Amino acid sequence: MTAGTVGTAGVAAVGAAGNPSLVFETGVLARRNLLHVLSDPEQLIGMTLQPLMFLLLFVYVFGGAISGSTRGYLQFVLPGLLVQGIGFGTTQTAIGLNADFQHGLIDRFRSLPIARSAVVAGRVTADIGRTAWTSIIVVGVAVVLGFRFHGGLAGALGACVLVLALGVAMCWLMAFLGVALRSPESVQAVGFMTILPLTFASSVLVPAASMPGWLQAFVKVNPISIFAEAMRGLMLGGPVATPVLQSAAWIAGMSVVFGALTVSLYRRRA
Amino acid sequence: MTVEFAIRTEQLGKSFGAKRVLNRLDLAVPAGSIYGLLGPNGAGKTTAVRILATLLAPDSGRAFVLGNDVVSDARAVRAVIGLTGQYAAVDDLISGRENLYLIGRLLGLRPRAARARGAELLAAFDLAEAAGTRVRDYSGGMRRRLDLAASLVGRPAVLFLDEPTTGLDLASRNQLWETINGLAADGTTVLLTTQYLDEADRLASRVMVIDHGATVAEGTPDELKSLVGGLVLEVRPLRPADISRAAGVLASLGGAGAPVTDEDLITVAVPDEEMVTTAARSLDDARIPVRHLAVRLPSLDEAFLAITGHHALPEPESTELEGARQ
Repeated sequence: MTAGTVGTAGVAAVGAAGNPSLVFETGVLARRNLLHVLSDPEQLIGMTLQPLMFLLLFVYVFGGAISGSTRGYLQFVLPGLLVQGIGFGTTQTAIGLNADFQHGLIDRFRSLPIARSAVVAGRVTADIGRTAWTSIIVVGVAVVLGFRFHGGLAGALGACVLVLALGVAMCWLMAFLGVALRSPESVQAVGFMTILPLTFASSVLVPAASMPGWLQAFVKVNPISIFAEAMRGLMLGGPVATPVLQSAAWIAGMSVVFGALTVSLYRRRA
Repeated sequence: MTVEFAIRTEQLGKSFGAKRVLNRLDLAVPAGSIYGLLGPNGAGKTTAVRILATLLAPDSGRAFVLGNDVVSDARAVRAVIGLTGQYAAVDDLISGRENLYLIGRLLGLRPRAARARGAELLAAFDLAEAAGTRVRDYSGGMRRRLDLAASLVGRPAVLFLDEPTTGLDLASRNQLWETINGLAADGTTVLLTTQYLDEADRLASRVMVIDHGATVAEGTPDELKSLVGGLVLEVRPLRPADISRAAGVLASLGGAGAPVTDEDLITVAVPDEEMVTTAARSLDDARIPVRHLAVRLPSLDEAFLAITGHHALPEPESTELEGARQ
């Protein structure tokens, strides 16, 4: 090993391409996180098949009992299932970010002359890409099974925007959990314990009217229900203004609160 | 670069809760040298490195890297340093090539330059064949080499190596030592923390011994050894059965220290070379044949013991220490 090829002190390579911006750094780190998925076929297959499995199980197991026909239930449940899929899919954000801390990789990133928020932002960006991918797959299969959009082109486009925005908000929530919790095991447990009751005690799978009164009270304020109603309005036609506005407020609130909490915690965590 | 000291700290202090980890540490590392920060586990070595690498804020005092304050000018510090921590900080899920490309891009290199720099380092660290392999399939030694390569992507003027050879086999350690020497020869300033006294002895031109977050001694390895004063007498009896009796004879020599036995080797601190003759005569009188009798300068470990009152490291592979503790 000759020393000359290894390093020439005093000649900092940094700065040759100017001062890279937060957007650039975020992009480089998002690429790294997407490489994880692409280089791991099991993860790629898992994240693609899991939401499909939910779709098929719910539609063909519960569909007849809940809606009288699987076709009718497919129409009812798909918009909400997309919301649920985002919830479960983004737990990967928490797990991945936490793993970076465990492996000391965060120390490497933090000793580089880059924006400290770029690591979290890169993770969130990549996971929004994943969210978009799984949503497209689920909708594609649902259309093959007989799902039809009744909200027009504007509704369909609106649903796409909402899915992405929701992905951002949920990613920030999960990024917060990933940075706040110490071990990957606790991240997994807390993530699951957050998403499971939130998505089941909502109007995603069944109309709230069939539930006991006290539960209905919770379901009505549960943001997951609000997101599901907004998705239904956009994809099926129907009232959109109220649920979409409420969704936008929740998404903005979650992103700002958990984004700020995550970045400040990330800066302080040694 | 006209900075005399590449790394300098003034009265650096850090506490975690009630535990004082760094206590008014003053450090001055000449540019272009390898400097050893030596101390047992928990002495504050890693904390000092983390503060210098801008990963941790000090409670009191100041620290500068190439004249840049690590707190108020952290970004400038990050642009000139490389850091290799105790565990290999590389991404397990991507290849070695992608790891180095990632760092190069984050340092602002253009794609082509980042690829070229990565290939250059992979070749230099004997990783070219494994360039496309995912890091989680690397051996421990390969991971360490990749980790060091990752901290060299930006050609840092100051390199922090926090216990770089812990857990490495002998061959990998020797290889890494060669690399570190080569970097210093190129003008890189290296701050090396270690629990291995032979590592500091072999690499560093100056060493600071710290214990409980404070400096206990500073100087060249030879200066530290001379702090012990005197010499060390080594005796290896011919028959293992004679070991404890031989130790007893050596203990009774006037002016000698307490004998330390490690397997069949007895070492004892003696004031001067005349003690060799005295020892030989006493052993012969006791009818204890020996196959090895010699004096030498104290080792850095013996210096550490003399300075701090305890051994640097209860490390199993350092048999000399094991014997001493029994």
